[in-house]
Amino acid sequence: MKDILLQITMANILPFGEVGGALIPLLPLATFVILGLFGRKYFKSFAGILGTLSILIVTLLSFYTAYHYFFVEGKVDGVFQKIVALKYTWLEFSPNVSIDMGIVLDPISVMMIVVVSFVSLMVHIFSLGYMEGEERFATYYAFLSLFTFSMLGLVLSSNIFQIYMFWELVGVSSYLLIGFYFDKPSAVAASKKAFIVTRFADLGFLVGILILAFYSGTLDFGVLINKLTSIQSPEFIHITSASFLGASMLTWGLTLVFIGGAGKSAMFPLHIWLPDAMEGPTPVSALIHAATMVVAGVFLVARLFPVFSVDGTALNIVAYTGALSALLAAIIACTQTDIKRVLAYSTMSQIGYMMFSLGVSKYGGENGLGYMASMFHLFTHAFFKSLLFLGAGAVIHVVHSNEMKDMGGLRKLMPITHITFLIACLAIAGIPIFSGFFSKEEILLAAYHSNKLIYVVGVLASGLTAFYMFRLYFSIFWNSTQNADHLMKHGHGEGSLTIKWPLIILAVCALLAGFVPIAHWVTSDGVPLETHIDIGFSTLPVLLALAGIGLASYLYKTANTRPQAIAHSLGGLYQTAYKKFYIDEIYLFITKKIIFNLIGRPAAWIDKNIVDGLMNGLAALTGKISELIKGLQSGKLQNYTLYFFGGALGLAIILIYFLQ
Amino acid sequence: MGTDFLILMKQEWMVIAIIFILMFIKIGSNEWKNERILNLVNILLLINFILGLFWNQEGTLFNEMYKTNPLIVAEKNILSLGTYIIALQAYSWLKNHQHVLEFYILLLSTLVGMFFMISAGNLLMFYLGLELSSIPLAAIANFDLEKRKSSEAAFKFIISSAFSSGLLLFGISLIYGLTGTLTFTELSQHLNGNPLEIFAFVLFIAGFGFKISAVPFHLWTADVYEGAPVSVTSYLSVISKGAVLFVFVSILYTVFKPIAITWYNILFILSVLTMIIGNLFAIRQQNLKRFLAFSSIAQVGFILVGISGASREGSASVVYFVLIYVFSNLGAFGVVGLVSALSGKENIDDYKSFYKNNPLLSWVLAISLFSLAGIPPTAGFFGKFFLLISGAGQGNYLLITIAALNMIVSLYYYLKVIKAIFMDPNDNPIEKLAIPASPKLALFICVAGIVLTGLMSYVYEYIYSLATSF
Repeated sequence: MKDILLQITMANILPFGEVGGALIPLLPLATFVILGLFGRKYFKSFAGILGTLSILIVTLLSFYTAYHYFFVEGKVDGVFQKIVALKYTWLEFSPNVSIDMGIVLDPISVMMIVVVSFVSLMVHIFSLGYMEGEERFATYYAFLSLFTFSMLGLVLSSNIFQIYMFWELVGVSSYLLIGFYFDKPSAVAASKKAFIVTRFADLGFLVGILILAFYSGTLDFGVLINKLTSIQSPEFIHITSASFLGASMLTWGLTLVFIGGAGKSAMFPLHIWLPDAMEGPTPVSALIHAATMVVAGVFLVARLFPVFSVDGTALNIVAYTGALSALLAAIIACTQTDIKRVLAYSTMSQIGYMMFSLGVSKYGGENGLGYMASMFHLFTHAFFKSLLFLGAGAVIHVVHSNEMKDMGGLRKLMPITHITFLIACLAIAGIPIFSGFFSKEEILLAAYHSNKLIYVVGVLASGLTAFYMFRLYFSIFWNSTQNADHLMKHGHGEGSLTIKWPLIILAVCALLAGFVPIAHWVTSDGVPLETHIDIGFSTLPVLLALAGIGLASYLYKTANTRPQAIAHSLGGLYQTAYKKFYIDEIYLFITKKIIFNLIGRPAAWIDKNIVDGLMNGLAALTGKISELIKGLQSGKLQNYTLYFFGGALGLAIILIYFLQ
Repeated sequence: MGTDFLILMKQEWMVIAIIFILMFIKIGSNEWKNERILNLVNILLLINFILGLFWNQEGTLFNEMYKTNPLIVAEKNILSLGTYIIALQAYSWLKNHQHVLEFYILLLSTLVGMFFMISAGNLLMFYLGLELSSIPLAAIANFDLEKRKSSEAAFKFIISSAFSSGLLLFGISLIYGLTGTLTFTELSQHLNGNPLEIFAFVLFIAGFGFKISAVPFHLWTADVYEGAPVSVTSYLSVISKGAVLFVFVSILYTVFKPIAITWYNILFILSVLTMIIGNLFAIRQQNLKRFLAFSSIAQVGFILVGISGASREGSASVVYFVLIYVFSNLGAFGVVGLVSALSGKENIDDYKSFYKNNPLLSWVLAISLFSLAGIPPTAGFFGKFFLLISGAGQGNYLLITIAALNMIVSLYYYLKVIKAIFMDPNDNPIEKLAIPASPKLALFICVAGIVLTGLMSYVYEYIYSLATSF
């Protein structure tokens, strides 16, 4: 019994009882409905204020809940409990299986509601200035509210059905947000790509949870985890003894669930949608592609972590996928010139860290260091990455371009953006005292203790991280000042207060988040963990990071030709990285060439020759048959009946001779 | 017996009464305006639906020829509701038609046929109902009198239908020869699964396959759906399919329970073929009616997955899904029919920038398509999820994976239409259409149904409480 489920309603842990708790996800939903229905007509610019106020209340409620959970009610006998704070049986699917809607409070869900609502609040405020004058301003805020609702509902889910529903809703609302500029063909294509690719991954998720639910006989997370982690339970014996293609059903179920998570979290090779998704409005990227939706996969693995921890194979898949993504994305990020794409790949890389950290972790006590580190990194990453996106947004707002070459020398023009961006870069690079340092050190420590190969990958990627982040930083704020002077002359300002304040607040968080004692709060088994920073251990990654910064400064701080020279000398290698390892091309090859030729062509052929042919007259296939019976009837119908009869006969033969 | 006779068969009586009222009007005077007739029919159908909800009893009549129970009554109510929605939607199309009364007399005859088919307790009765529910349909498929395609559709339908009936009858007579009985309750005790029985059973299934347009018995579907008037197409693809699916579940789960392994295999093969072929063809369609026809073939594939679950949940989720399917598909067909009747346009390309002038219709169509694609929070999401859970109960994850894969393919082509409506540029989009009151009401019912059936758990739980256990 690894997972202790407290089936009590603790009304006072939620602000103002259950109603207050339910308000956390429901308030954004109400905002969505109001803005969606009446926003364009009655609210206009006031829609932004309304949306922001609603999310402000949600944020306050979340903080209140977090305070009560971590300091007052959550801990019993020194262990943080999993509390079902609200449970409402929504539907009895069958006498044994009921589908609930509920709120589960445990360390990860409490941490997530704080992160989601806080980042969402910052994005709401930022958008007040950023999206000002946008024709569909109210619609934008309606979509933001819908997204926030889905994400909060997802992290608070108490059972599989609920999480799957919100999981899909997150997909829908991100589809709406990425495709917000629907008059831009690339945005439309990107939103569709994101939706289909993640939906493809969701296929894994769906089949995976159905397998887990089928063998454990329940949809409830608490019960499911209990049954599938106690070695003696009949359910556990059943699921581990059943096997398919050499792996147990448990491994299959977990791996499929992980595929779903990998799709949302943009893990290799399902990451192809993330860079394209940058077509959406930049604040949206800050919300979706930094702090919330993309970490849903990490959250999902963490939610089912007790089950993952009993299956080494599934955990290894998580670990190696994470490590590969971390390294690959870091390499690609070094070559991109669109600043949002650099950030997109950096997000993929950082989430890779979180994933492999979970993958190398075990359950309980000191062994659960990786789990804690992963959650810690999720926490700190949310702040500095959303700050980076918002900062990039502020820059794009002024420069009107995403390309690095159009920037440079902006530090005087945009002092606040410059300083906050620098803080975020230092944080992500893992420079001591900045938040990213602490979480990354824990991750590397966890990897070091359980898998040396992954540790090496992690250290390498952290050096690369520092390099590409500072390449970005120097290219935007230093380097050539031509563009900046031009912009200065034309009287461009840094933007309104609503743009500056979120940057400042997030910068403070990025600076200080590392000192939040996540280790005391969010651990695999709920028992607080003691951590300390080992200077000897930290030296190598920090030195590498500094070297990365130094190299970036050498290459990009002033305008020079050194980067081109290096790119030139690396030749094919650089090209490969620049082309993102040709992954998009491989997909294109598979979809266009193989699927098109093997499935599309025959389908087209059947369609053309059989369906249309039958409709319109004598097409190639029907030609002969029609010829034979010409003059009697159209001949088409005979074909139908022929197929019909053939089908029936074929079925009979299969059943009688082969399946009996 | 006397009152039983009236109450047990009340739904049949009511529809027959409406048919007689319409016949009297037809014989009596030709002075009635079309609008007046249409409004009268709509009111009668609404009364029919509402009365159907009361005085429900369980029982059998005529030596078990006819049986009824709360589930059967609920299924008939779903069909009555669907017919009511279609009648509302047909308003714009029939307003200027010469033969309104004949249309409804024929349409309602098929509804009576379906009611008898659902209530059948005997294979003969079942066959009688089935034929009554399909022959008049051929006549109304031809109701766009001046269009050649409409006649072609009717002709193709009647011939293929006759052929499938032939096979079905052959199957039934073989079964009778082998077991010596046609009564459902006795049949199940005599079946043992020998090859001849299986052969007879396959022929029997082929007849069903024709009606629900499962691949490879589906070929007639596209032509007929495209040629027939939209109202008839939606009736064929929703009501007539739904009725046969209801019977299909109850016959498989009770009568043919002894050879469950056989029909599980058949369902496996048919559902995989149906989903894949239906989807592959739907991707390529440019005509929206044809598109909906193929996509509804794929939907049937999903329903077959749910039926293969062979459990009470399976039976409940099928009925639940058909209810949702009634709302979603009629919502989509409603918009397409309205646009086709008012502007004559049916192609996806014509719908580009449809949102510009017709935001309301665009949203209705989008919500319906989202529901068909199974996107939360529309009811279609819940319906599909429940079908898959039921299907997963057999532990065949290959089937579930194929089904889930097909959900993605279908998402792709539904999004294509939504993209055309909202995003694709178009220099002369469809003009703003003035929607008459009754189609508006129909669309409202559909949207309300799509939203509420999913969110109100009561609906599923009620159906579950009635469902046939396995």
